[in-house]
Amino acid sequence: MDRYSGFRLFAEALRGHLGWGPAWRDAAPKPAYEVVIVGGGGHGLATAWHLATTHGITDVAILERGVIGLGNVGRNTTLVRSNYFLPENQRFYEASLKLWERFEQDVNFNAMVSQRGTLNLFHSDAQRDFFARRANMMRLEGADNEFLDKAAVLRLVPMIDADNGRYPVLGGFLQRRGGTVRHDAVAWGYARAASARGVDIVQHCEVTGVLREAGRVAGVETTRGTIRARKVVFAVAGHSSHLAAMAGFRLPLETHVLQAFVTEGVKPLLDVVMTYGGGHFYVSQSDKGGLVFGGATDGHNTYAQRGHLPVVEEVLSAGATLIPSVKRLRVLRQWGGVMDMTMDGSPIVSATPVENLYINGGWCYGGFKAIPAGGMITAHLVATGKPHPVGIHFGLERFRAGRTLDERGAGPYPWAH
Amino acid sequence: MLRIACPWCGARDEAEFRYRGDAGVQRPAPDAGLDAFYAYVFERDNPKGWHREWWQHVHGCRRFIKVVRHTVTHEIAAVGRPEDDLAVPE
Repeated sequence: MDRYSGFRLFAEALRGHLGWGPAWRDAAPKPAYEVVIVGGGGHGLATAWHLATTHGITDVAILERGVIGLGNVGRNTTLVRSNYFLPENQRFYEASLKLWERFEQDVNFNAMVSQRGTLNLFHSDAQRDFFARRANMMRLEGADNEFLDKAAVLRLVPMIDADNGRYPVLGGFLQRRGGTVRHDAVAWGYARAASARGVDIVQHCEVTGVLREAGRVAGVETTRGTIRARKVVFAVAGHSSHLAAMAGFRLPLETHVLQAFVTEGVKPLLDVVMTYGGGHFYVSQSDKGGLVFGGATDGHNTYAQRGHLPVVEEVLSAGATLIPSVKRLRVLRQWGGVMDMTMDGSPIVSATPVENLYINGGWCYGGFKAIPAGGMITAHLVATGKPHPVGIHFGLERFRAGRTLDERGAGPYPWAH
Repeated sequence: MLRIACPWCGARDEAEFRYRGDAGVQRPAPDAGLDAFYAYVFERDNPKGWHREWWQHVHGCRRFIKVVRHTVTHEIAAVGRPEDDLAVPE
């Protein structure tokens, strides 16, 4: 791999930038591989990179139905944080945040990792108590956070309507190590680093069937022919049920859409990631100046990568309640991504009823921040056959065994998580 | 935006309704065993296509209704009362 560096940039600039080659190989599929990963999103690419670097398995293909980077890895709101409540989730997302902190060095790619802090606001005594409990749970797992009173919150985000009659801001809790990462660069960085180690990235290759021989997986049928493999990984969150049906089993999840929005660019207004506690609304400002924000899911099963107007109205009104000045901004773009919403709101990284077939999915609306650790634990599971200690709780068997990880306490109703 | 024809109230905006999940799920007999209850509580077909589902008219008559809706186009093929056996288009 040609290393990227400041020196290289300088040298290429002198030569009119004619020396940059393609960042990764657009490979044609071979007839057989050791491992086939279905899905060229963040988790698929990260899994391939971890297989190649940590476990020395380079006979790997990533099969992507469209083009890498156009699925959920390019549709999220780019937030990274580890402010979870349940110890199992906290441990995992903290491991992921630690991997984000070294991501750019690991893959030699500028992903604009920006630890600008994530601030969660609370608006009632009960909410403060719950957030204090959540902050304490984070500290027990070794993650950082600070509890802020109203004055400290206003020093960070002076533009909010803290004296709102219905949802006054009483304070917030801040994780300074949280922030944002340029999401497209995550796909490109992992793709380039994995490709340089011999991983084949095969685009426009849709899986149409799963080959099984004597209860074990033997490969996949695709629109570009049959590809045999000793092990297969599904990393297609949003369409996991669809692929599981090809392999003959069902999953404890439904597919739902989550919308995101970006406004026209304005001068620096907000230098942290902020979430509203009075409604479902979270916002950050991109380096181009646009406010990037989102809210809750649309609330019904759908595979359509677009959203419905009632949620648009709800998200915009929550945003305007918290930051009245945004009423004057125009929304430039709005889009949707479809996600696996599991029955407990927590991810699935697991073996499956078919031997040598593994699944990485069920990321709900938290898949982006989980990419580095998701790839790490999936690669570990595939290479060794045993779950990684950090992801040991994410197996499919937890539902049958009654050990669900229900962060919100909402019960087996995916649209409520 | 969906417009859902409530059998009791007529065509109403999606915002009046709350989604309540897959209507094809059937509660097993009390002695059906762990696997049957696991499938009932957790596993879903989650089809990419026509889906039989429950909605509740929470800001109207508050009744449950059954809807056959396409999960890609969002077209609604049929709406009925809970006891209706609605056909799913080919």
